Amino acid sequence: MNNTVETTDQLEVVKKRKKKIPTEVSIFLVLVGIALLFEVLGWIVRGDSFLMNPQRLLIMILQMSIIGIIAIGVTQVIITGGIDLSSGSVLALTAMVTASFAQQSDYLRAVYPALTDLPWVLPLLAGLLIGALAGLINGALIAFAMIPPFIATLGMMVSARGMARAYTDGQPVSMLTDQFTWIGSGANPVIIFLAVAVLFHIALKYTRYGKYTYAIGANPQAARVSGINVRRHLIMVYAIAGLLAGLAGVVASARAGTGQAGMGLMYELDAIAAAVIGGTSLAGGVGRIAGTVIGALILGVMLSGFTFLGVDAYYQDIVKGAIIIAAVVIDQTRQRRRLKAAA
Amino acid sequence: MASMTAEDLNPDTAEFILEVADVRKAFPGVVALDNVQLKVRPGTVHALMGENGAGKSTLMKIIAGIYTPDQGEVRLKGQPLTLQGPLDALEAGIAMIHQELNLMPFMTIAENIWIRREPLNAFGMINHDKMNQMTEALFERLGIDMDPETEVRKLTVAGRQMIEIAKAVSYESDVLIMDEPTSSLADREVEHLFKIISDLRAQGKGIIYITHKMDEVFEIADDISVFRDGQFIYSAAASDMTSNEIIKLMVGREVTQMFPKEEVPIGEVVLSVHNLCLEGVFEDISFEVRAGEILGLAGLVGSGRTNIAETLFGVTPPTSGSIYIDGKEEIISSPHQAMLRGLALLTEDRKETGLFLGLSVEENMEMAVLRDGYTRGTFVEQNRLDQECDSMKERLRVKTPSMEERIGNLSGGNQQKVLIGRWLLTKPRILILDEPTRGIDVGAKAEIHKLITELVKQGVAVIMISSELPEVLGMSDRIMVMHQGRVTGFLNRSEANQVNIMELASSPVEMPVIEE
Repeated sequence: MNNTVETTDQLEVVKKRKKKIPTEVSIFLVLVGIALLFEVLGWIVRGDSFLMNPQRLLIMILQMSIIGIIAIGVTQVIITGGIDLSSGSVLALTAMVTASFAQQSDYLRAVYPALTDLPWVLPLLAGLLIGALAGLINGALIAFAMIPPFIATLGMMVSARGMARAYTDGQPVSMLTDQFTWIGSGANPVIIFLAVAVLFHIALKYTRYGKYTYAIGANPQAARVSGINVRRHLIMVYAIAGLLAGLAGVVASARAGTGQAGMGLMYELDAIAAAVIGGTSLAGGVGRIAGTVIGALILGVMLSGFTFLGVDAYYQDIVKGAIIIAAVVIDQTRQRRRLKAAA
Repeated sequence: MASMTAEDLNPDTAEFILEVADVRKAFPGVVALDNVQLKVRPGTVHALMGENGAGKSTLMKIIAGIYTPDQGEVRLKGQPLTLQGPLDALEAGIAMIHQELNLMPFMTIAENIWIRREPLNAFGMINHDKMNQMTEALFERLGIDMDPETEVRKLTVAGRQMIEIAKAVSYESDVLIMDEPTSSLADREVEHLFKIISDLRAQGKGIIYITHKMDEVFEIADDISVFRDGQFIYSAAASDMTSNEIIKLMVGREVTQMFPKEEVPIGEVVLSVHNLCLEGVFEDISFEVRAGEILGLAGLVGSGRTNIAETLFGVTPPTSGSIYIDGKEEIISSPHQAMLRGLALLTEDRKETGLFLGLSVEENMEMAVLRDGYTRGTFVEQNRLDQECDSMKERLRVKTPSMEERIGNLSGGNQQKVLIGRWLLTKPRILILDEPTRGIDVGAKAEIHKLITELVKQGVAVIMISSELPEVLGMSDRIMVMHQGRVTGFLNRSEANQVNIMELASSPVEMPVIEE
């Protein structure tokens, strides 16, 4: 059966494969392109360099690192073929709870006057716990109550925001200890973001957890028949996404020095956007953390660049929306080409 | 056999209902068709034969307007066709019945058939009475006995297939393309289908019939064209060819033994099942399988064969009854538990429950063993796994450019081999194969049969479900026959034949509707 025609065809396929650029590289080129575009526009419009300003770049990455932490969890959820709309609200709820355990003793209106000046670990753990719990509920609703991820996490999105407001009747939680706010100071959020990114990059690529995540997204039924406990794994993925939203809440409140119920509004959409721009397919089974990191940076460069050029925030949103749509269009064409090649 | 082209075919019939001339179609990296021709006479069934990857499906998609050829043309009744899409083809008089069925499950049979052409009443609303009457008239012509108002989701695969055919006929097409229409039909349903095909032939239609089943070809086809590796090889009247000749043309070599059954010493009872029951699906199933034995499971589609396999493997745990492995009673409530006890299940539907289409060959192969000794802590021992997968690939002779290739780009036979590899890596002691060779080409089929023989030699107990009687007869040591969720009999290899299996498997004619 090994006749020559087939072997030459196979060689052609191999050659083609080698030439193909990995998704991450092409997204990275898009990032570089956008940055250069702002550089050029910067010189034209303001007579100033966009990129040659370390301060601006640091602020940009800082702004993105909180959304980036969320996006790493959301990426994994999307790889399983699901979605998580609750991360922004979970961030707010965790920020509130965390902040309430991180208040200074000399503040008279602390939420828990008896629990002030606690070591930084306790509010951190409280935040992670709340986040993971929210994710766990999402996962259980999806895996056992068979509620579609969109609806389950939509419910959590609304409820968690309400809980964040109810926690202190809408009052901000302020006057946090120095050791707690240190978590969000300087470049720490960026370091946390990158550490989380590296951790889950490794987890997705080299561990059973990662392989099962892709398998469930590619074909949940086949995953089940292959002996994978699909329900348990889905709960774990959603719990991790919740945990990371919780971590983002801790970092956000530490950075701002306060917990506020309005924090993280629409962050879930930015996180989904970062994942999708980074090449994660909403159809499931496809996506990488590196892509999501670059996707988050693209969003950051856009925000920073438009602000630098003095473009109104409304217009920023219009362009951001267009970029998200463009990313999905590219994903769809890619999928269609794949299907055609398979046919 | 002298080489011969389609021109020599029945020189007295000058006019062809459909002609394909010099068609070429290339996809990035692969030439799927090159210099292909096909000539279909009106009032005939023209069988297309070839291994998977021979280009039959691509050619049919060109005729049906799904692909446009890079070169060459398609002529319908002598008129060149330029098709922009499947609708163009349908309107021109070419209807295709796809291998994967394209019906809307929550709409009725009548709605599915007349979609886009619904009869309207005076207010411009759909006239359902008229539509149902039209459907009944159509069914009468085809000898189908179904209620037009039944929702399609309630039909069996066979029933849906009938609807697809009825739909194609309703377009009054001149050319009907059938891509493996019998792959999910039981023998009785195949008979019905062949009767419909004969009627259509008598009405002067041209029917292009793709199949892998040799006996069907000789039963139904008037002409045969053989393809190999995207090229037209040979065409002749069916009466002038033998099945061995066709196989030789398809693979370019001779397949000496379709079923390399060998006598293997039969060992101890490995699996025994007592009064197994899944309420509403099957009842009172008892049987045993020994090491080195192949137990064939025969029965019509819907007789409960697949359900038994799924229950044994923990996909749908039984409602009562017991399962003993090595004489010890076991409760199997999930596929993982089944795997721990040495079971493996190659599922019936490759796409639905087998493949991870978007993932690579390697990822598909390794998925079931990620917990068995190939992990250190949570980390996967990728290097060792790579080696194992690689040697499994060699052993099964999987044809793929690399292990990183997306599995969707492989042919059906190679996909099936990868899935078999997935289960062999788990080193099963009881291997359940559900339609192990469905829809794959002759060469790969023979290789899989050989592999099964090898496995039983090593003492694996095999349960093989198959709708192809020659396969069941050729491979099994014993055959368990089922009908409507009950075992109707066991036959030994020496006493089994197509007739007594069919007798046990059949019952009064039923409508292909699941009663719920």
